[in-house]
Amino acid sequence: MNSEIEIRSGAAVDQPTTPAPPVAGDTSYKSWGNYPQASHKKILRPAWMDEITGKLLCDNAPLLAYGLGRSYGDSCLNDGGTLMDMRGLDRILHFDAEQGSIVCEAGVSLGEILLIVVPRGWFLPVTPGTKIVTLAGAIANDVHGKNHHVEGTIGCHVEQFGLVRSSGSEVVCSRDENPELFAATIGGMGLTGVIVWVELRLKKIVSAQIEMDTVAFSTFEDFIRLSSDEEGAKYEYTVGWVDCLSGRKTRGIFMRGNHATEGKLQTHPEKTKLSVPFMLPGFTLNPLTIRAFNSLYYTIGRSKAGHSQVHYDPFFYPLDKVGDWNRIYGRAGFTQYQCVVPESEVAAFQEILERIARGGQGSFLGVIKKFGSVKSPGMMSFPRPGLTLALDFPFRGAQTLRLFAELDEVVLAAKGALYPAKDPRMSPRMFRLSYPRLEEFRRYVDPALSSSFWRRVAEETA
Amino acid sequence: MSQGLVILGATSKIAQEVARIAAREGREVLLVARNNERLEAVSGDLVARGASRVESIAADLSDTGKHEALWAQVEQRMPEMSSVLLAYGSLGDQARAETSVPYTMRELNTNFSSAASLLSYAAASLERRKSGVLAVITSVAGDRARRSNYVYGSAKGALTLFVQGLRARLFASGVRVLTIKPGPVDTPMIAHMKKGPLTASPKSVAAIIYRQMEEGNAEVIYIPAYWRVIMAVIRAIPEGVGKKLKF
Repeated sequence: MNSEIEIRSGAAVDQPTTPAPPVAGDTSYKSWGNYPQASHKKILRPAWMDEITGKLLCDNAPLLAYGLGRSYGDSCLNDGGTLMDMRGLDRILHFDAEQGSIVCEAGVSLGEILLIVVPRGWFLPVTPGTKIVTLAGAIANDVHGKNHHVEGTIGCHVEQFGLVRSSGSEVVCSRDENPELFAATIGGMGLTGVIVWVELRLKKIVSAQIEMDTVAFSTFEDFIRLSSDEEGAKYEYTVGWVDCLSGRKTRGIFMRGNHATEGKLQTHPEKTKLSVPFMLPGFTLNPLTIRAFNSLYYTIGRSKAGHSQVHYDPFFYPLDKVGDWNRIYGRAGFTQYQCVVPESEVAAFQEILERIARGGQGSFLGVIKKFGSVKSPGMMSFPRPGLTLALDFPFRGAQTLRLFAELDEVVLAAKGALYPAKDPRMSPRMFRLSYPRLEEFRRYVDPALSSSFWRRVAEETA
Repeated sequence: MSQGLVILGATSKIAQEVARIAAREGREVLLVARNNERLEAVSGDLVARGASRVESIAADLSDTGKHEALWAQVEQRMPEMSSVLLAYGSLGDQARAETSVPYTMRELNTNFSSAASLLSYAAASLERRKSGVLAVITSVAGDRARRSNYVYGSAKGALTLFVQGLRARLFASGVRVLTIKPGPVDTPMIAHMKKGPLTASPKSVAAIIYRQMEEGNAEVIYIPAYWRVIMAVIRAIPEGVGKKLKF
């Protein structure tokens, strides 16, 4: 009488189990921008890789895997469908501290990886501006960081991963094995299957510190000069912060850095001290407060200009210090406009900055960066050689949408693109024109998977 | 003190979090659970997090007939054991239990009889060593039987009493016995329920368990501590009233 013990999950007498039954109309899973909202018919919370099977995907279609919800728009939402919370898959399966590679389950966060690898002298090969994202989420969005001009996207450093498709069991994807599926899944927005584990190559470091230079710039030409290939070659990490409300003058701060060559291999603190405990009223951010913030940031940046040594945590992840900082934008939420245009289209880039300044809707944080030419294996990757701009906007309905539609036309005319991970509103036309491999990608989309984003911008009309 | 840690039911969420803390401290850990593939995932994770040695044994813990052989293997693989944590259990399906007696008996075996059997072997091991900690996760549900889950509750209640008895027996040999009574914890075990305000995180529960095992001197702990008060109130409800309650 030993074999038939049934148990919901998890305990010693475990056996493959089906994740939890539905929670009706769950609205607790949000995107980072809190716009748009979604209600999910069903939430699955698997705790083990073996629970994720082709049958599970079929039975719960349309389904989307959800990580830490740091996508701003609706690419991490699946309104009316099933969301599969992947955070239960948070195990490091193997860490090779000699060769510098790590195999993790899909739901492990980049911050958790750093805690393991930094003390042994390794670092993420590419990191976005937050470490509170899952590894699989980072791959699904083929994230980039301050070293794009040197290292490309995170997809460039993925050795292989396991992908579960509704048609069967797990398939291993790498540059040699199922290379088409590998390419479609990197930057594939979670639509080609559910990533269950990933092997990532790491970067060798000898110190957790970053040697940082801060330079204030007051014209766009200065920024371009600081971002030149010649200058960029000297610094692994480069990024500019720009004050979009300063009118015609593009003033800002340029930050650049390299891993220090000596120092301790100290990790970041595990807990954040500060946190925004609840949604602030929407009026907290208005053009005036934003202008004040931007001026202050610029002044502080200028006074600190010069050389300093900082820990990787404040250098890469300044906003991670404040938990749930998105709540400062209130219930209406916020969004980010991130575009890229080829470097030859500097004029378009400047026009975008000017239109934003004229629009007066402001942006808390404007980040500019020159992407390099390192090519990602990803079919649908956003980064491409050129200049990228990322601006946060409090969401103000029609007014915000109108401004974005104007900006879209400038981006399109310049042969640029928008970043799906940040987008709650681009048109199907915009998506189609800026992602030339869309039709090819469509062939690899798993029929059991979908997202709010995908239905909005790319679903074929019969 | 901090030598080998043996975890029975090592793939439960709370057990995994306890093991991670032990791993960070560079300890040796022996994991026992049914599913080999899952044990491998947990082992890899603990090694990556710093455990100096991780051993695992795949075994069906409900099979009491094999416990003697299983425990011999535990002794052999982790001769320097200093702490044993029993962490498995099954919440079960009360409605099903009410229509299937064999199912009820299986649930009682999982939550009580099999645990009592394993604990008897573990107790003898530690008694011989004249030191160590034997920690057992029971439940606040064992403090009073309730309409909605008395099969689970009665098994956990019996387990609580059994552990109390072991405490009295092992006291003389210097072995500490710790009874752990968590309230609802956000684990796959209760994933089908709506999360209430009193649901604790596995990580925080594990931190308390580990600290109490390694440094504490408590005999019976409730996690979070306010459950001691809540359960005192629930226990005080007169039987005549209690039988009419649906909770």
